[in-house]
Amino acid sequence: MGILPRVKTEITKVLDGPLLALILTLFAMSLGVLYSSSQGDVARVIVQAQHFAFALVLMWVVARVPFEYLSRLALPLYLLALVLLILTAVMGEESKGAQRWLDLKFLRIQPSELMKIALPLMLAWYFDRYERVRPITYFVSVLLLLVPVMLILRQPDLGTAILVFASGFFVLFFAGISIRIFVFITTIAVLVMPFAWGLLHAYQQKRILTLLNPSADPLGAGYHTIQSTIAIGSGGFWGKGWMDGTQSQLNFLPEGSTDFIFAVLGEEFGFVGVLLIFLVYAMLIWRGLNIAVQAPSLFARLAAISITMTFFIYAFVNVGMVIGLLPIVGVPLPLMSFGGSSAVTMLLGIGLLMNFRSNRRLVQT
Amino acid sequence: MLLMSALLLGRLFYLQIVNTDYYQVRAENNRINATPIPPNRGLILDSKGHVLAKNYASYVLELMQRDGDDPYKIINRLSDLIAISPQDSERFAKALSASSQFSNVIIRDDLSDEEVALFTSNAYQFPEVQLSAQLYREYPYGEITSHLLGYVRRVSAADLQRLEQKGLRAAYTNSDWIGKRGIEAFYENTLRGQLGLNYVEVDSRGMELRQLERQNPIGGQNVVLTIDIELQRVAYEAFADRNGALIALDPNDGSVFAFISKPGYNPSGFVKGFDTKTWQQIRTSMDRPLVNRVTNGVYPPGSTLKPFLALAGLEENIRNPAWSMWDPGYFSLPGSKKQFRDWKRGGHGQVNLHKAIVESVDTYFYKLADDLGIDTIHQYLARFGFGVKTGIDLPSESEGIAPSRDWKQKRFGVSWYRGDTISVGIGQGYNLVTPLQLAVATAGIANGHSLIQPALVKKTGPTSALPLNISSQHIRVLKKAMEDVMKPGGTAGAAATGAAYTMAGKTGTAQVFSLNGEEYDEINIDENLRDHALFIAYAPADNPTIALAVVVENGGHGGSVAAPIARKVFDEYFKSHK
Repeated sequence: MGILPRVKTEITKVLDGPLLALILTLFAMSLGVLYSSSQGDVARVIVQAQHFAFALVLMWVVARVPFEYLSRLALPLYLLALVLLILTAVMGEESKGAQRWLDLKFLRIQPSELMKIALPLMLAWYFDRYERVRPITYFVSVLLLLVPVMLILRQPDLGTAILVFASGFFVLFFAGISIRIFVFITTIAVLVMPFAWGLLHAYQQKRILTLLNPSADPLGAGYHTIQSTIAIGSGGFWGKGWMDGTQSQLNFLPEGSTDFIFAVLGEEFGFVGVLLIFLVYAMLIWRGLNIAVQAPSLFARLAAISITMTFFIYAFVNVGMVIGLLPIVGVPLPLMSFGGSSAVTMLLGIGLLMNFRSNRRLVQT
Repeated sequence: MLLMSALLLGRLFYLQIVNTDYYQVRAENNRINATPIPPNRGLILDSKGHVLAKNYASYVLELMQRDGDDPYKIINRLSDLIAISPQDSERFAKALSASSQFSNVIIRDDLSDEEVALFTSNAYQFPEVQLSAQLYREYPYGEITSHLLGYVRRVSAADLQRLEQKGLRAAYTNSDWIGKRGIEAFYENTLRGQLGLNYVEVDSRGMELRQLERQNPIGGQNVVLTIDIELQRVAYEAFADRNGALIALDPNDGSVFAFISKPGYNPSGFVKGFDTKTWQQIRTSMDRPLVNRVTNGVYPPGSTLKPFLALAGLEENIRNPAWSMWDPGYFSLPGSKKQFRDWKRGGHGQVNLHKAIVESVDTYFYKLADDLGIDTIHQYLARFGFGVKTGIDLPSESEGIAPSRDWKQKRFGVSWYRGDTISVGIGQGYNLVTPLQLAVATAGIANGHSLIQPALVKKTGPTSALPLNISSQHIRVLKKAMEDVMKPGGTAGAAATGAAYTMAGKTGTAQVFSLNGEEYDEINIDENLRDHALFIAYAPADNPTIALAVVVENGGHGGSVAAPIARKVFDEYFKSHK
């Protein structure tokens, strides 16, 4: 077989064509906006391209893993992530008041990122294995969910904790957790909230308060929100044009290439640009849900739904905080924000989706 | 999921479509920094075009206040390079504590060319210190015009707060000048001009990236005074080493020719800031050099009040020119043993109104005051402007005191006694006037019909003079008497000897404290307890073009001390006004 036909086969059989196209579209947009927000710093764009390339390779590997192995990997992966989380809590390095990174001498990793993939896989595997739903199953599953979430909350990293929680919660939800139990848990959560407030770190409390009234502290905690809403609002319908956003080019917008990259997009490409990226995300999520529906097993279906929904939550939380609807929790915009680990996590998930896709039930009933 | 997406899109629609304009303005405000450019302050000129207040450029080192810097460390380092005197440091400390946040504070001014070069080549070591050429205010006549002109000073945090309340904050920069006292304060809005603005694009750290647009400042307008600076100088020098006040004005329209309050102060001390020692000296000086004596010095008018009481007597038909009385040297109320003494022991003999003015007979006016009663006296004093502000174009002015029953009741909670009226008759007692009020009242007699409003800048519209409503026949009687004061036999006869013009006047001597029956020993009494010498006058006697009032503090007799000063002023005035 020649090289071209092989690539073609890889794309059609192993890598899902539509998903790949959407991802590459996002990469192109990401690199374009990044070039602008880093004020023409080509080096930064190249680094991000390398991140993407590395993540793409991982995605390809995951997509090619024989389907049967995947479910067997779930438990070890989860345990590994859990051990790493515990290690982080014990001997992680501290920066900016949080203990999130683990230095393994040859590699610096953020175990909470790994947990984003490991937890839904674990829970999906668990529900696949104990298909008969009994109270004890729920209890164990909730435990599997809450232990890593608590560990991440302790670091503290509210944003990742929310995302990890969401990824696990979706599995529980779609595994058939009854509405009554859902309402019960929600009620408990609401009741616990005032107490949880006290458990939050001071800076987290401040962020929530700041969201409620950003102008109370315009140069402090509210600064990010104020500047990002100004950037987006001033973009208007058509935007100020690529490289012409004053908020981002003159550094009024902080974190313009990482967590607040959406504000740069909104400022320079306006409402049109915002609609475009929403469209791409919507198509991606639609594709993910399709794959879930056609998934070959309960494990795959639950995992696919969780990955897709988590992707949505990612985007929702990031955009929500950038436009001042949610507190600032440090969640990157999926496949747009500068950064390697988030890109890797995302593409690992997409790789799984592709894997499920190529092993889909061929006959639908 | 759809709901959540709709929420995001809704918010984005709200931000980007509904409120675009609002956020665009805010983004522009972030990006564009408007640096104010102060305007050139208008000049102050005298009536002949002499410059009384002007601007000059001075190289200045300023500290740009920022968070976290220790100003004194910076100054310390800077002092290795540029000489900073103890006075400079002291002034800096004072200015720093009064400054508003993030404003610039002056470290040194008047840098020499060498110092400018030295600093420029080392400027990189002092990113917090800014060298700039600034316009300073200069008063060429210094002390002579200090009370008249006032001065400008850097706006203080308190000034800015006051301006904020008046809605004028935007018209001033943090290190701007503002007029204080005198003409500088009263005509602040005219002199000031309008700030220009320099629009610069900045990044988030405030670094200037490029120039966008520049609105040039509009310079202030000049203010032309009615003052004649030569006359002012002559008047000031005529005081020699004495303190006091003199105001000379046009009796017909109120234009002020000379305005002296002595001692003055060095106005450039205020412009540049005093060091603490000098400031303490000025503030605690017995001479009170910061009081503008013309408008805010209040004195007992003494006998200078007599012409006005005489007019009251004539107008009320209580006296006529022919009426006379015997003066034994004192006056007593019926049934009282208390004697109100005349200044001349043994008295003046038979006295009519003319003689009472010419020789300043106290007894005549004791009786006149008693016959008029305080209510009528108050009414006439008010008609001549005593007890009310004259409305001169200066920021501050005292009302003085024109006593009345109401006034005494309010002030002391005690009713008026008949005996109180007697000393009012010779301008003692509760009477207090400003030299300015005296001059305006004198101008009333001089022009014969109205109480003019004194003005340092010529009014363009109609003048707001109040009619006196005094019969011209009575005015003539008074004028004749005041003319004869200046002739041999009058109390100021000596002062008029050899003058090429005729003049009319009235002397006064105001007791600083009551002697309680002791003999007054002119030679051996403490200087600051000596009587004030007063003199009011106008000239030429038949058609007056200048009227004035002089107060010489602790000067003794009006005739011998105050009148000669008036004479010098008149002489100078008539050199150019035939």
